[in-house]
Amino acid sequence: MERNKLLRDLRSSAIIAAWFSVLLFPLLVMKVSVTGGQALVRFRWERLPAIAVAAFVLSFAWRRALEWNEARGDKPSGSGPIAALTVKARSALALRPIRLTATLVLLAVAAAYPFALGMYHTNIMITALIYVILALGLNLVVGLGGLLNLGYAAFFAVGAYTYGLLWKYAGPAFVSAGLDPGWLFWIALPTAGVLAAIFGALLSLPVLRLRGDYLAIITLAFGEIVRMVLQNSGEVTGGATGISLIPRPWFFGLRLPPRQAATYIYYIAVALVALTVFVVRRIEDSRVGRALEAMREDEIACEAMGVDLVRNKLITFSLGAFWAGIAGVLLAAQTTYINPDSFTLWESITVLMAVVIGGTGSIPGAIGGALLLKLLPEYFRPLAQYRMLIYGIAMILVIIFKPDGLLPRNRKKYTFDGSPSAVGAPVAAGDQEARR
Amino acid sequence: MSVANPILEIDGLSMVFGGLRAIDDVSLHIREGEICALIGPNGAGKTTIFNCITGVYKPTEGRVTIRRGGGQREAIQGLKPNVINRKGLARTFQNIRLFGNMTVLENVMIGRHNALAAGVIRAIARDAATRDEEARLIDDCRRILVKMKLDPFINETARNLPYGAQRRLEIARALATDPFLLLLDEPVAGMNPHETKELEETIDLIRDEEKVTILLIEHDMSLVMNVSERIYVLDYGRLIAEGTPEEIKGNPEVIRAYLGE
Repeated sequence: MERNKLLRDLRSSAIIAAWFSVLLFPLLVMKVSVTGGQALVRFRWERLPAIAVAAFVLSFAWRRALEWNEARGDKPSGSGPIAALTVKARSALALRPIRLTATLVLLAVAAAYPFALGMYHTNIMITALIYVILALGLNLVVGLGGLLNLGYAAFFAVGAYTYGLLWKYAGPAFVSAGLDPGWLFWIALPTAGVLAAIFGALLSLPVLRLRGDYLAIITLAFGEIVRMVLQNSGEVTGGATGISLIPRPWFFGLRLPPRQAATYIYYIAVALVALTVFVVRRIEDSRVGRALEAMREDEIACEAMGVDLVRNKLITFSLGAFWAGIAGVLLAAQTTYINPDSFTLWESITVLMAVVIGGTGSIPGAIGGALLLKLLPEYFRPLAQYRMLIYGIAMILVIIFKPDGLLPRNRKKYTFDGSPSAVGAPVAAGDQEARR
Repeated sequence: MSVANPILEIDGLSMVFGGLRAIDDVSLHIREGEICALIGPNGAGKTTIFNCITGVYKPTEGRVTIRRGGGQREAIQGLKPNVINRKGLARTFQNIRLFGNMTVLENVMIGRHNALAAGVIRAIARDAATRDEEARLIDDCRRILVKMKLDPFINETARNLPYGAQRRLEIARALATDPFLLLLDEPVAGMNPHETKELEETIDLIRDEEKVTILLIEHDMSLVMNVSERIYVLDYGRLIAEGTPEEIKGNPEVIRAYLGE
């Protein structure tokens, strides 16, 4: 049986190798050079065996991997050394002292990061943290509410432009009044969040009745509309050239040199990520979060149980957009320059990819996914031209081999532990998400 | 038509889908505290009536009025399902619609959504009042689950429940919304005789102890004849008979509808 399978795989791989040799022959073996009006075809035969062998090996490995995956699918997911380790880690993290220590260690690492690694790495990390906030926000919409949003970058843009426009129009007044324009950052932060949330509510109104692909198309269109409006209303937003010289956040009236400024913004970003995680966790674990989850499970039943879907969707989009607005302000402060090109569809897709690769609905997943997708490309600059290819392959691999994501959601379930005296302690023993 | 204590009155209800008249001028009423059944051959329009009552469909014509606890009469046709649910009408579904990936307890907790008030701000703040509310919620839900004999499954994921338990969980979830009228759409479909017997008792219990009036759609005639006090018979969207189980059993129109000429 096993032998037959192996033989079949070998045979199929051989056919694939032959086919690829034919397919790639004109591309990789033949080379036409035109010299003096004469076309000369050169055959690089030495390449042919390499193509065949590569195709054979890749095809065979892929087949074996798929078979392994299928065989694995029959077993419950709670088996295997990695799963056992996660379970162990989770139950350890449920203990208060361990959780506290882990949090402290994480905080210490986060605090030491800019001093240990310098400005270049700090700046990369800030960008990654901005994406973490974005992913956490989108995770509320896609993971918890189950509403696909491909126009998420629009809210990111709303946040960035709130700060940018505030600087452009209120900045001079600030300066002439003798105030530090750096204050604008702290004004822009909440304003951008609220404005983005309002935009989120506006978007949610036309899409109330839509689901799935229709929702995806409308949100995609919304994202493009916002970008186009920003690009084409040049007299207000600066058009394609954008807004520059945006001030860095106020820091006790000091004008920080770039290095210190980066460190400062880094700390603000870390604090905002912590705040996002805190708020998202609280929301998930509440009446509102439960209603969102029920809506994702079954809209009709949810409505029949008295849950207002309109309100629910409004809340979902607004909450998600709020964090995008916050992230937008951070981006404007870090780069001190914004233009509509930073908010293309590609940004929305990257964030969505971070959420899906990390594990839809999972907070550690969103964090891990965003860090992975933003940090790896920075550190593999030489491979930059293959970025799209690698993203694509990574996405396919994750979806086939780990459909729940790299750090799948371990939902905190409301459980009842049996003793009536314990009513009122809806804390599940050992199945809480690892606290960050 | 004046009846003692009608808590639900349907008057001249019609529902038209394109060229199809799914319900044609149906009038019926439910009295407080009774168990009433709506029967009829497949495609007679029973579930459509449920959908019109609970707001899933907007009826083409006619009025649906409720009267809770001897108060004012209130027209509810055309309102949204969640609003109607808030007014005290809860339902189950013919094809089970549980929140499959949530636990049994969580399913019932969703039913109590409107009994709680915490919004986003209170969820983030998680103040004493909110924590209290959540504690009471779990307590309430457990009581409902015990009553429905679902407490052994309390922490189970809903989709892993045996079929009969899933049906009962739907009823538990509907009860959690504090209804005065419960609409059950084929509550024993797919159950074995033992489970059916159990559910029969549960339905009686809900009426007697919870003081909830019940309107049910059912094809299982033994259940219908055993539990219901009054029966409406529907055929091709029209009401063809109304009466006690005995009257319905002997009604020639009903026999014709079910067995043909």
